[in-house]
Amino acid sequence: MYINKISAQNVNFYYGKTHALKNINLDIYKNQVTAIIGPSGCGKSTFIRLLNRMNELIPFTRLTGNIYLDEADIFDPTIDAVEIRRRVGMVFQKPNPFPKSIFDNIAYGLRVNGIRDKEYINEKVEKSLKRAVLWEEVKHRLHESALKLSGGQQQRLCIARCLAVETKVILFDEPCASLDPISTAKIEELIMELKKDYTIVIVTHNMQQAARVSDYAAFFLLGELVESGRTQDIFTAPKNKKTEAYITGRFG
Amino acid sequence: MSRKKERLYHWIFAILAFASLFFLVGISIILFKEGLPIFQKVDFFDFIFGKSWYPTYDPAEFGILPLILASVWVTFGALLVCVPLGIGSALYIHEIAGSKQRAVLKPLIEILAGIPSIIYGFFAMAIMSPFLQKLLNLPTGLCAFTASLVLGIMAVPTVCSLAEDALGFVPNSFREASFAVGANRWQTLTQVVIPAAGSGISTAVILGMSRAIGETMTVLMAAGGAAVIPKSFFEPVRPMTATIAAEMGEAVMGSSHYHALFAIGLILFIITFIFNIAAELISRRFRIKLGLAR
Amino acid sequence: MRRSNLPQNLGFLLLWICMITTLFFLLALLFFIVSKGIRIISWEFLTQGPRQFMTQGGIAPAIVGTIYLTMGAIIFALPLGLACAIYLCEYSPKSFIVNLIRIGINNLAGVPSVVFGLFGLAVFVKFFGFGVSILSGALTLGILVLPGIISSTQEALLAVPQSLREASLAVGATHWQTIKKIVLPSALPGILTGVILSIGRVAGETAPILFTAATFYKKGYPDSVFSEVMALPYHIYALMTEGTHPIRQTEIAYGSALVLVFLVLVISILAIIVRQRQRIIYVH
Repeated sequence: MYINKISAQNVNFYYGKTHALKNINLDIYKNQVTAIIGPSGCGKSTFIRLLNRMNELIPFTRLTGNIYLDEADIFDPTIDAVEIRRRVGMVFQKPNPFPKSIFDNIAYGLRVNGIRDKEYINEKVEKSLKRAVLWEEVKHRLHESALKLSGGQQQRLCIARCLAVETKVILFDEPCASLDPISTAKIEELIMELKKDYTIVIVTHNMQQAARVSDYAAFFLLGELVESGRTQDIFTAPKNKKTEAYITGRFG
Repeated sequence: MSRKKERLYHWIFAILAFASLFFLVGISIILFKEGLPIFQKVDFFDFIFGKSWYPTYDPAEFGILPLILASVWVTFGALLVCVPLGIGSALYIHEIAGSKQRAVLKPLIEILAGIPSIIYGFFAMAIMSPFLQKLLNLPTGLCAFTASLVLGIMAVPTVCSLAEDALGFVPNSFREASFAVGANRWQTLTQVVIPAAGSGISTAVILGMSRAIGETMTVLMAAGGAAVIPKSFFEPVRPMTATIAAEMGEAVMGSSHYHALFAIGLILFIITFIFNIAAELISRRFRIKLGLAR
Repeated sequence: MRRSNLPQNLGFLLLWICMITTLFFLLALLFFIVSKGIRIISWEFLTQGPRQFMTQGGIAPAIVGTIYLTMGAIIFALPLGLACAIYLCEYSPKSFIVNLIRIGINNLAGVPSVVFGLFGLAVFVKFFGFGVSILSGALTLGILVLPGIISSTQEALLAVPQSLREASLAVGATHWQTIKKIVLPSALPGILTGVILSIGRVAGETAPILFTAATFYKKGYPDSVFSEVMALPYHIYALMTEGTHPIRQTEIAYGSALVLVFLVLVISILAIIVRQRQRIIYVH
């Protein structure tokens, strides 16, 4: 059996009066890729943004239940959200590089975490870019603006930015939503490669993508977790009628 | 440690923010505090509708109708100048001029919008008024007409920039759709673009009007300064802003005159506030109409 | 069937006339001020004080006074305005109240400047007892530009995409680190444009200093923040409306007007250049 990395227990989440997540119980295993699937507005992005406390930026929200990261409650009031985000990185729907150089984009996470050692930063930037399979494309122009990169390159840069701060978990919120098929393939390859060292959660719209990259899958519908389990099982023998309908493309 | 620092910054910003809000709220409080006492001496309706303004006579008379009418006349006259010129120029820059012309005209208009009002007042006194006096054979060149004209010219860049912004918000797809059914540029302009930008343009007009009614130095220098009910555009008048500027220096602090001038300030404040709120509401509806609401 | 192009041509002609008329008036204004003012301008005019009942000498104390007032106003308004905008945009939740405050501030930007003068008179001159002084004038001008600085800064901050803030927080940056290292640098050109435009506006304002700071003639330069001060815009006004040598004074007023226009134009051109550079940064 796999080691439990994140565990959500009885999680309810509200935007104002809207009940966005209803009693979610889900385990996410170490060094596995877990895909969160479901139609738009089902709460999958809301859920993933809870895992690094990103939803706290939105006013008038309320949470009940617990989410444990390595057995520690991430919503424990004595724990700073900043601490959690250092351990749980995130890659967003649209590539969002800072309007800085490629180098500074990666170094940013290190610097804000208090690292001043230049040697170490240089090394770390190179390592992260290599890990994100971007190094060869950018090694001669590290000090050019990151905004000059293509969409797919920008997204890999954002992944490298995550890797540099040595997170243990990486959340992908529809990372390929704005990319072309070739860039998408590269990112998917990268995700599968990264799971050796990281625990990965990916939100996706794209059923094929979920089938290709994930080991586990969780199907959300209208704020409820309908079904979760091994991706293989969910895609070949779904237990729930609604899951089956969604996967076979009858709605969504 | 870092959490303490974070909280410290949060507090510093909160305190400074509330300090500036305090000053801004303070303005309205002060205007009420210093303006309202006049109504213990003079009935509110006598103040607004009183026909004579003799603040230093004995007994003093505080009727601001001549000042209000002067403001209305001058503002109205300014609108006659700045609305057609401002909107016409905006339409020209945005819809007709090529990109090269636009690259020159836009910054030029913007730079001209930054010229201080004292310069326009000076221009009115030194150039326009002697010129108009001769041209129209007037007893004095410093009158409502001159003030309106200069005030209008002064407000053109403001109206033009705002109207141009409004035109910029009209999606190009509207224009393309119109061309696609065979309309020419003029038809597209008058039947699609202007109606779509209409409320945005009216916001520009309201804000131009608000600027004109609150403008001080230009009217102080150009309008002639007689506090009597104006009978024609070619007589000297004294708008509200000019009255405050001209008389506050001499008014004894705490006297009725002093409070009366604050009361005029209060009225100006309320008028411009209403204009600005109206502009805000219209421009919000405008953005919603074009699907641009935040 | 051919449609007549006449209405279109007439319409375009009409708009062209509007444009030309506007430019004519505005350029005429500049032309008169430059052509008549340039005759007065000399090194002596820019570096000496007025002599012989305003008929000789220069306007140096007025230039210096305007610089003092403008600097004072910005020193006062900039930290307050920036902090207020940062607080409203970055720290306070986006609620109805904040929206209301935003609308209120926008509206204050449209309040007539003479009303700010009244406020300065009642509060700084009278209540705090600063008298008619540089301090009172600078504070009044500061409050006058405060709403402008707040709203232009807010706009610049709102233009920074939310995704950049999220990206920064997601790599473990704190709120303040995100503001300092990501949000403010991205918003800087926009903020700067607003500030520069405010400087231009303060330098040319007359009504607020009429009864809080300005004086027609003062011997020498101000020696403390509590002294009255000559200021360029007020000097122009006073030359035109006071004194006993109207013809000679009008000539000097042309020179002063040219100096003021020049100052303000340089400042606005600077603002436009800064904003142009910002556009280049954002286009990608």
